[in-house]
Amino acid sequence: MKDSLVLLGRVPAHPDSRCWFLAWNPAGTLLASCGGDRRIRIWGTEGDSWICKSVISEGHQRTVRKVAWSPCGNYLASASFDATTCIWKKNQDDFECVTTLEGHENEVKSVAWAPSGNLLATCSRDKSVWVWEVDEEDEYECVSVLNSHTQDVKHVVWHPSQELLASASYDDTVKLYREEEDDWVCCATLEGHESTVWSLAFDPSGQRLASCSDDRTVRIWRQYPPGNEQGVACSGSDPNWKCVCTLSGFHSRTIYDIAWCQLTGALATACGDDAIRVFEEDPNSDPQQPTFSLTAHLHQAHSQDVNCVAWNPKEPGLLASCSDDGEVAFWKYQRPEGL
Amino acid sequence: MQRVSGLLSWTLSRVLWLSGLSESGAARQPRIMEEKALEVYDLIRTIRDPEKPSTLEELEVVSESCVEVQEINEEEYLVIIRFTPTVPHCSLATLIGLCLRVKLQRCLPFKHKLEIYISEGTHSTEEDINKQINDKERVAAAMENPNLREIVEQCVLEPD
Repeated sequence: MKDSLVLLGRVPAHPDSRCWFLAWNPAGTLLASCGGDRRIRIWGTEGDSWICKSVISEGHQRTVRKVAWSPCGNYLASASFDATTCIWKKNQDDFECVTTLEGHENEVKSVAWAPSGNLLATCSRDKSVWVWEVDEEDEYECVSVLNSHTQDVKHVVWHPSQELLASASYDDTVKLYREEEDDWVCCATLEGHESTVWSLAFDPSGQRLASCSDDRTVRIWRQYPPGNEQGVACSGSDPNWKCVCTLSGFHSRTIYDIAWCQLTGALATACGDDAIRVFEEDPNSDPQQPTFSLTAHLHQAHSQDVNCVAWNPKEPGLLASCSDDGEVAFWKYQRPEGL
Repeated sequence: MQRVSGLLSWTLSRVLWLSGLSESGAARQPRIMEEKALEVYDLIRTIRDPEKPSTLEELEVVSESCVEVQEINEEEYLVIIRFTPTVPHCSLATLIGLCLRVKLQRCLPFKHKLEIYISEGTHSTEEDINKQINDKERVAAAMENPNLREIVEQCVLEPD
């Protein structure tokens, strides 16, 4: 099982600091990393190795916690503990700050672009989720402040094709939001985790959502629209979400990140036990009760906690990871034979 | 003389071990754990209380028995600390937790994972505090707050 994940290379992305998050650009040619050194670095390939093509060192006064590329690939958003979110415009290897989004009362924990490219979401320790609209002139406007969570919100992610937003929180829940008559509302709350939910990932179809938690489990939730065949009850016109699978006993410490490959459907996790794991759905599993098998388990993927895993959007099996040890690693995943 | 007797006792224990008459590898484990626990304790006992001019040891916030060490693998240990705050004040307990974490992160020489808890039954909101002090993102953000950082630095400063 250890041969299913092969190391391609490592780079000391944020020396003497921790690397918190990674994001591949939509073309899959660049990887943005951010960290406790308050910097963002952009990595690209040169032959067989990964080199740093740009460094963004101004812009944030504290840790940069997450970065996200716009769907067009021309913009990068960065969320920081300094309570702001910066929007950077890419001009070849240069990045220029086009605007700074303010408003959160304290650390911004996550930022995500909607697939349309017109919406952005941010979340914070101030317990709120903000939805921003961006127009053709690069003007950003906050269109909604959602105060559904009762604690620190750790992560936000958009549905791959619908304008549906999901958030993960220190309050142990996952919440979903959609637009209703010019305002955004919370349309579902997913309960079940027994501790902080750190991250989320939709599957390629958007019918399922994976969540990972400090309770050392991964939960898979499935959407049941009103009038569904399985007879799952819905209130009103909103789909109901049910937990259809729980992966427990695989991780020995907090799971900080989860990534669902949009090309292959493989699920990767980043864990506080320094390991990276990959799960794949069993071929004939019942959609209402899917089963997943562990297909890769790499101990000591890093020398400290793994904070993030990110599948390359164009190259199947190419996975990037980063750690508290400040390093970024690149891996080739190959589904083991006979599965 | 000490060196000779040291060598003698080492040789003796080796002979006993090789002949199967001494403790097995597994029984040696508790001693290693005790040694590691003492290493941890030595680092935390001198941390100063944020409010009072005394150390955590003097105030009995920590004691030797409050440190537990378990082996994760050959090179890594899980360190668990259960401390007893002097007052039920929430922010002070969180601050002590922060000091413990920072001191060990910086000074503990062996590879470890750390869990810090308020000893059971000593605080009304202990679950809330435990969750905060074990959330590394919250800890990292707190340490970027200059005021909080300054207090922590003063508490963990090595005695002259």
